[in-house]
Amino acid sequence: MAEHFVQAPQWHWYILFYFFLAGLAGGSYTLATMLRLFGADRDQAIARMGFLIAFPLAVICGILLTVDLGQPFRFWHMLVNTTPGEGGPSFKYWSPISLGSWVLLLYSIFTFVSFLEALRNRTSRASAGVRVFNVIGSILALFIASYTGVVLSVSNQPVWSDTWTLGALFLASALSGSAALLSWFAESRSETNGTKRRLLKADGYFALLELALIVMFFLTLAGAGTLSVALAGPWSIIWILVLGSLMLPIAALFRNRKAYDRATDATMRLGPAGSFALIVIAGIFLMRLAIIFSAQSS
Amino acid sequence: MAEPVGLFTDTSICIGCKACEVACKEWNQLPGNEPQFRDSFDNTGQLDAQNWRHVKFIERMPEENMTVGNGQAWLMMSDICKHCTHASCLEVCPTHAIVRTEFDSVFIQQEACNGCRACIGACPYGAIGFNEDTGTVHKCTMCYDRLQNNMTPACAKVCPTQSIQFGKLADLKDKADARLATLQRQGNSKAQLYGRDDKIYGGLGAFFLLMDKPEVYGLPDKQNAVLPRRNNAGGYLGALLTAAVALFAGAIALRRNGSPAPEETQTVDRSTDG
Ligand code: SF4
Repeated sequence: MAEHFVQAPQWHWYILFYFFLAGLAGGSYTLATMLRLFGADRDQAIARMGFLIAFPLAVICGILLTVDLGQPFRFWHMLVNTTPGEGGPSFKYWSPISLGSWVLLLYSIFTFVSFLEALRNRTSRASAGVRVFNVIGSILALFIASYTGVVLSVSNQPVWSDTWTLGALFLASALSGSAALLSWFAESRSETNGTKRRLLKADGYFALLELALIVMFFLTLAGAGTLSVALAGPWSIIWILVLGSLMLPIAALFRNRKAYDRATDATMRLGPAGSFALIVIAGIFLMRLAIIFSAQSS
Repeated sequence: MAEPVGLFTDTSICIGCKACEVACKEWNQLPGNEPQFRDSFDNTGQLDAQNWRHVKFIERMPEENMTVGNGQAWLMMSDICKHCTHASCLEVCPTHAIVRTEFDSVFIQQEACNGCRACIGACPYGAIGFNEDTGTVHKCTMCYDRLQNNMTPACAKVCPTQSIQFGKLADLKDKADARLATLQRQGNSKAQLYGRDDKIYGGLGAFFLLMDKPEVYGLPDKQNAVLPRRNNAGGYLGALLTAAVALFAGAIALRRNGSPAPEETQTVDRSTDG
């Protein structure tokens, strides 16, 4: 059984929103690249949307990380070693915050270039060079969507350091939320109906993966003896909501195609436009909320 | 590099007077937190940005029907940053603000720290605290400025029972061994040294003689004295496998002919319906 006598780092709302938006920024870029590589011509409008939102989200991520610092104007200390007599770049591959700072910088550059490219390139297909660029950007995007979980685990906090699943879980949920977000964009136009359907199918797969990882998360915590911390008080209710939100894309996936279409269309008709996406996205937000806050309130 | 120095805290002779806490605040100009009444003689609570020494009172009151001489006494322990040889805080610090000094102590450079607080979540002893006013983290410096001037750290200087001793680590270890042998001869079978050898974080620059198991004092035992970086491999590997599965599943779902376009759907539907 794991023993913890550590104090909480007081990573609260800015960090929660950073983890949430980093997931959407990374997931959107990855899915946009996949639509570009594997999708049809009519999917390209939504691929473009993915590239268009990834950059502003990455910028907001950088701002959130900076304002969370006790000394925001020293954000550059993440990149430059200011120790007298040392100097040079500050880089520790074993510190996820250090590695993540460099990757976020690089990723922002990639999203910026892709943003400009998407602004210019309306719906036509991208050249081979652009696709290679997008693939490299997607590797960074996958890192950005997942490393935030590793940041939590590389500590001695209860819950966070008792499981290997957080990076994986954040990635699966980021892709699920991003698929839902892009499907929302596709919802508004009839010509992207097929794109929407495919994104929802992908969302179903991602949600299944996320569900499996949530089970692993709980099992690893049970092994370490800290499951009670993760599920204390209000957190168990939050987890029920998270699981509920996951059921939507999963249930839709397990119907036959006609029922599947009807089910997804019905969910969308239930509420205002985007209610399906909003429920899925709210789920990935709440999951991060429960993980970040439960460990620090024990 | 100067010879490694350290602090040996013998909890068996601590009387809980808190002179160490006061001397630490005096020397390091720490105003302290607002006083609080707690259900204990311990009104300090924890190590944090204002409290770099904290006298823990482990109050295990005897059962009512306990016979005379059979009850358990209070345990007291003047806690402090352990100046770990393998320091979790130093390991995770992304700015290189946390460094090892020429005395082998662990020191936070205030000008370099940007207040990310990763070290707080990493230190297994809860020794670091965040100060809202400075926007940086703080902990015991082992009186770095005093060490540079050949002076004893304030806590060790003031301790009236010599429960806290300062000196060359090698000498302190000899003293600790002798004291442990005495206590064991006297029948204190639970007495033990904590952090004297390299089993706890490669050895502690501030080590202890305890009168019970480490957990009783809120200290992780050998199995639990682990470094944050142990979780890098599992974390990234899990993410990598997830990425592989997700990309494969995503490619199936998103591929051009993976799901027919609306017009095609209608054709398929009609043909299956008909
Ligand atoms: S006790 Fe904590 S703050 Fe002190 S050196 Fe060890 S990890 Fe760092």
